[in-house]
Amino acid sequence: MTSVPDTDAAGRVLSADGTPLKQSLNRALRRQKLRALALIAPLLIFVLVSFVAPILDMLFRSVENQLISDNLPQTVVILEDWDPNSGELPSEAVFEAFAGDLQIAISKKVHTRIGSRLNYEKPGISSLFRKAGRQVKKWDIPNDGPYKEKFADLNKGFADIEVWRTIKTYSGAYTNGYFLNSIDMQKGADGAEARPENEQIYITLFIRTLIMSLAITSLCILLGYPVAWILANLPSRTANLLMILVLLPFWTSLLVRTSAWKVMLQDQGVVNEVLVWIGLVADDSRLALINNQTGTIIAMTHILLPFMILPLYSVMQTISPTYLRAAKSLGATDWTAFWRVYFPQSIPGIGAGSILVFILSIGYYITPELVGGTKGVFISNRIAFHILSSLNWGLAAALGTILLVVVMALYWAYDKIVGIDNVKLG
Amino acid sequence: MADSDQGGAFVEFDRVQKSYDGENLVVKDLNLSLPKGEFLTMLGPSGSGKTTCLMMLAGFETATNGDIRLDGQPINNIPPHKRGIGMVFQNYALFPHMTVAENLSFPLEVRKMGKSEREAKVKHVLELVQMGEFGGRRPSQLSGGQQQRIALARALVFEAELVLMDEPLGALDKQLRETMQFEIKRIADDLGITVVYVTHDQTEALTMSDRVAVFEDGRIQQLAPPDELYESPQNSFVAQFIGENNTLEGTVKEIKNGIALVQLDGGGLIDCKPVNVTKAGERTRVSIRPERVEFDKTRLHADAHTLKAEVLEFIYMGDIFRTRLRVAGQDDFIIKSRNAPDQVRLEPGSEIEIGWLAEDCRALDA
Ligand SMILES: Nc1ncnc2c1ncn2[C@@H]1O[C@H](COP(=O)(O)OP(=O)(O)OP(=O)(O)O)[C@@H](O)[C@H]1O
Ligand SMILES: [Mg+2]
Repeated sequence: MTSVPDTDAAGRVLSADGTPLKQSLNRALRRQKLRALALIAPLLIFVLVSFVAPILDMLFRSVENQLISDNLPQTVVILEDWDPNSGELPSEAVFEAFAGDLQIAISKKVHTRIGSRLNYEKPGISSLFRKAGRQVKKWDIPNDGPYKEKFADLNKGFADIEVWRTIKTYSGAYTNGYFLNSIDMQKGADGAEARPENEQIYITLFIRTLIMSLAITSLCILLGYPVAWILANLPSRTANLLMILVLLPFWTSLLVRTSAWKVMLQDQGVVNEVLVWIGLVADDSRLALINNQTGTIIAMTHILLPFMILPLYSVMQTISPTYLRAAKSLGATDWTAFWRVYFPQSIPGIGAGSILVFILSIGYYITPELVGGTKGVFISNRIAFHILSSLNWGLAAALGTILLVVVMALYWAYDKIVGIDNVKLG
Repeated sequence: MADSDQGGAFVEFDRVQKSYDGENLVVKDLNLSLPKGEFLTMLGPSGSGKTTCLMMLAGFETATNGDIRLDGQPINNIPPHKRGIGMVFQNYALFPHMTVAENLSFPLEVRKMGKSEREAKVKHVLELVQMGEFGGRRPSQLSGGQQQRIALARALVFEAELVLMDEPLGALDKQLRETMQFEIKRIADDLGITVVYVTHDQTEALTMSDRVAVFEDGRIQQLAPPDELYESPQNSFVAQFIGENNTLEGTVKEIKNGIALVQLDGGGLIDCKPVNVTKAGERTRVSIRPERVEFDKTRLHADAHTLKAEVLEFIYMGDIFRTRLRVAGQDDFIIKSRNAPDQVRLEPGSEIEIGWLAEDCRALDA
């Protein structure tokens, strides 16, 4: 029976087989870690592929602009020397290079893509390129010159300095144009400038998204707090039954729930009919509850309410009723006891619920799309529009990136003010 | 019964009953009255209704029947926050989001007391419980004993005349519990407050209280000062519950000159004091404290009855010797003797004779 462990010359403790104890401990731990890693590897790979990679791709797309520099390589180089503010068209050399580049692009069938890309920045360019495509491929370069005139004959657009300014502005491999666009600005003659009033929409949309998400979050707190309180104070059997009612919405399709709100809220819908019937509202001045912000707020509050109730409930369950009793025995009225003793202890639940609801609603898409009309849509609806209809993925990516940054900034601010440690999700 | 001394009663339970479910009475016919300044302990096994009584007094439960009076006023209809009763909860119930000082000033704030006065009182009460430097800490940063002191201080700071404590020391280790028992008693005496204290630790009850109410099954089995409770238990439940106790069962043979002669089921005749028996032929359970058993014949009356006993085990416990005997067919009979220089150490296996003074052996209900 030796109670003193063996040591080597350097005084390190040795394990039974003579290796230093630290070393064999590390070896044992490493094996454990590897095994753990192997277990989570499928999930890890899945997360990387399906979550991290798309985000990185989005970040990249929001600044990527290689289409033009790749496909009009000579034009882009020669255009460098042209000063758009000189009031003159680029030189014949540019037009000749452009004709050459275009022929290659046409043979690769990418000239329409270049046209669409430039069309985001200056409407009209798309058709210019499409029409040029049919003619330019017949030209014999460099013998058919001068090309400046040939292009001008082809279409007056090619004699427009603004078209060439646009090509020059977006000739770099990377651009901040999408981001400028996202905040209602554009690249003008002398750097960034505000867009014309009638084209500004994104700032308004961002602000509307934030304000409406805040409104939805506040409504969820107002409606969810009492419900969670009742659930937490009922005997657990009843509470579990009622909890099913809270969770019930999760078992019905989001679309069904949203459509149900359409039925409820429309002019001839249940709510308006009831209000007219009991005489609160005149028949000819029915409330506009749908296809506007009210509709979006009502429907989304309903859909996101469980995300507020669940964390609140789990926090409230841990608050012992003796605290309230103690407060009352110390002389506090029911209200004081609640406000000074119970409420502060439930704040972590409010925090968790608010973060969940706010972040979910800021990126919400389907419900605003269905019940929001034009005034009640969110920034995400605009993103969806650019991805599905206008196919301006770069702009969609820039808008998405801004949204991501805003959410992370708010999260950071929340951490600074309230402290993320104070958030209890369960 | 409780009406007899109405003049001095500060707290009074008058035929109070309580049922939670409408089927079982948790508190059955409780009569209790205590004068100002008394330290009364409710002692009883788990589920005997002690907490329920405290909660009725504090106002968190209503009595199903009967009256509770405080200073002569019925309090059944006064809401808890107006009763002005200090309460120490079993798990302390210190507000976790407030510092110690904020906890203590809470009852003063809700009484709309000025800031300077509040601070003075908080400081004073912190010193009273010897926790002066801890005002800025959170309850979670205190040890169990320290939290307990703060809970006590919080119940005292608004100068409640009546303080209720529900097993306040239940969560502490033995050493700390003993220190705190002493502290609580000292503070209660210094301030002259009336205390109703709940515990199921009988040592705690005996060392702290002016009177102890032994609860069982929703009734007070005996209400008496500690010494009386220990030496003169009124029934076999109290005798069993308080302190160590030997019980033997038998039938009363005769009662003469205030002494009952009992025929034991396991053989042998003994002298007892008749407490719950009145006539010959009744079944009884006799109770005798281990330290009142004599095995030195010279110290007994010449005509006292004795029993034969076989020594089974001798345990040296330092201050006392504890010996287990087989008596009248039972082998769980304990005697205790003081560790004195001339004390006899009984040898296991030896045969001895034991006896006692008739007034130390109480013939109780069967
Ligand atoms: N809120 C309640 N609803 C229903 N029954 C209850 C309630 N509180 C207590 N009881 C029952 O009343 C009886 C007495 O409970 P009480 O809490 O007064 O016991 P106690 O003497 O304080 O016990 P302990 O020493 O374990 O604290 C128990 O049988 C208990 O189950
Ligand atoms: Mg209890």
